Amino acid sequence: MIDALGTPQSLLLLGGTSDIALAIARRYGRERELRIILAARPNERRRAAAQELTEMGCTVTEVDFEARDYASHAETIDQAFFEGDIDVAVVAFGLLGDAERAWTDPDLALELAEVNFTAPVHLGVLLAARMRMQGHGRIVALSSVAGERVRRSNFVYGATKAGFDGFFLGLGDALRDLDISVLVVRPGFVMSKMTTGLEPAPMAVTPEDVADAVVAGVRDRRDLIWVPPTLRAVMSGLRHVPRPVFRRLPI
Amino acid sequence: MVPLHGWGRAGSTRAHLAEIDSVADAVSALRTANGGRGVVPRGLGRSYGDAAQNAGGTALDLTKLNRILHLDAESEPPTVRLQAGVSLDALMRALLPFGLWVPVLPGTRQVTVGGAIAADVHGKNHHTQGSFGNHVRSVDLLTADGRLSTLAPGDETSRLFWATMGGMGLTGVILGATIALQRVETAYFLVDTDRCTDLDDLMAKMTDRDDDYTYSVAWFDAVTKGRHMGRSVLTRGNKARRQDLSPKQARDALSFRAPSLGTVPEIFPNRMVNAVTARAFNEFWYRKAPKHRVGEVQNITQFFHPLDVVAEWNRVYGSHGFLQYQFVVPFSEVEIFRSCLEAIVASGHVSCVNVLKRLGAGNPAPLSFPMPGWTLTVDLPIEDGLDRLCNALDELVIAAGGRVYLAKDSRLGAAAFRRMYPRLDDFLAVRREVDPDGMFNSDLARRLRLR
Repeated sequence: MIDALGTPQSLLLLGGTSDIALAIARRYGRERELRIILAARPNERRRAAAQELTEMGCTVTEVDFEARDYASHAETIDQAFFEGDIDVAVVAFGLLGDAERAWTDPDLALELAEVNFTAPVHLGVLLAARMRMQGHGRIVALSSVAGERVRRSNFVYGATKAGFDGFFLGLGDALRDLDISVLVVRPGFVMSKMTTGLEPAPMAVTPEDVADAVVAGVRDRRDLIWVPPTLRAVMSGLRHVPRPVFRRLPI
Repeated sequence: MVPLHGWGRAGSTRAHLAEIDSVADAVSALRTANGGRGVVPRGLGRSYGDAAQNAGGTALDLTKLNRILHLDAESEPPTVRLQAGVSLDALMRALLPFGLWVPVLPGTRQVTVGGAIAADVHGKNHHTQGSFGNHVRSVDLLTADGRLSTLAPGDETSRLFWATMGGMGLTGVILGATIALQRVETAYFLVDTDRCTDLDDLMAKMTDRDDDYTYSVAWFDAVTKGRHMGRSVLTRGNKARRQDLSPKQARDALSFRAPSLGTVPEIFPNRMVNAVTARAFNEFWYRKAPKHRVGEVQNITQFFHPLDVVAEWNRVYGSHGFLQYQFVVPFSEVEIFRSCLEAIVASGHVSCVNVLKRLGAGNPAPLSFPMPGWTLTVDLPIEDGLDRLCNALDELVIAAGGRVYLAKDSRLGAAAFRRMYPRLDDFLAVRREVDPDGMFNSDLARRLRLR
């Protein structure tokens, strides 16, 4: 059961091997005993993550999760909720993909759309149903500023995140009256496995920065946050730049 | 499903609220309870945390079960038999004209008798007269099997009786009780007030003469650091007799009026209780007290419930809410007690409602909070870093062999709780016997793993 300061006793990580997911788990796990459900592909990365978290003192259960296998989603959620209430669920899986291949290779485009948009929508509905039965719960949806205004340099990824973002904001509104909160997180450039090799953009943050913002956002029952918070003003400006100017910006 | 939360206005969850108007209602509510998530009894919702809420399940609203059934003013002690939904406020007002008095009054009168029993509440007279459970002659409990039994401390039901005192509603639904009362000549108190310059001064004065007074409690300044840390106002008193009153007061010795300055609006700006306002409040509250006054006649509101003059005062903490941290450590652990106060004062989290008291002997209830020692209570607005302070306080309290009060708690973890209550397994054994399928459940029970 989550306490009045927003500290959960159980945490579900969908896409549990992502750097941000693990940073969130470490942040919660270091304060207090924590039961973690690590939902990810069964591979060495998942095993290593489970071991690290267990050594921290958490109780970890590994659950198989395959984003593109829609028929298996219900089973993944059932297994996640099997041992008891889930206080906080983090939707942390996603694919960046090579930006130029993404719009020229139809299979990659399809993969991005499914992993970043279709699967989260399907899982979001399943999660919401379980949390409604619980009568409580917090969902953390890791979106991106790339979805706030889609830009040429990574528009396939950006478009999928735009859809993801809109869905979880709407889900949050739908669940608002039920004391279930959905926190949509829009980080800028995060220095992580996903962005290895890329040139860090200005105002880049670490997964730990995102985790800190998530913990505060969950505690305060926020619905939308930017990481870093100053990005909000930046995006607000960028959103209103006319298209002929926008498409020429070096971003 | 409706939102339910505690007095701290944080951690709201949704449950079905079933209004209980009769014993039959209660029995049928158990039978039709929402499968799996269980049932929690709920009174006036004054516990600060999540004791009276049950996410995804059912809460029984017992406030309509509020009849006083029988008053026996002749017996020694006098007793009253009543339904569990009677508030201590209503009971006090009903008893005063008969020269009778509620034996234990906690910090607010807006609690039901059922709640007072389930939390085993204590008041300023704990060091001389114990907690609420000590004055319960019998309790009517509806258990998970649908049976209504009358439990008493002295007979073969005493194990379940004591598990129910302080049992946080998890042994069954308290539907009624018989309480032993006290006699009073007036509705006034004879009070001595002292301003103390620091924690040592306060503790010395309390240790020295607490037992000369039935009632004793201190408000202390939780903002001032350094030499004057723990400067405080100590108020102690006894019931006033007729001869202690002025002629004007004596004419209406047992009458009681509750003045009100109004109600805090529902939507109150956030962050109004902050370092600046709290500092100002602490200074004001300390200075307004007399340095030393003896034999002042105070009425019930002045002596017991100064906060009641502003209804819904918890709203001043805004939408983020607050939490209350109350703990007790044994008398021998003065140094750890001082460390706790230092941690609070140094943390930057500010509290205005700060209470310090000496508690006396506990009772046989396994989950009862009071034990002989020093108890401290602070109110803290919920903000960044508060969890770290509370976790640090937990460790200090555990190291001292003390514990945190469940009626105030909204964030203790299950492992820390187990270390604070050495008789937890005794309680769990009774709970499993009397409620094997876990029909009675609450957010607090889930959080603290009270299965």
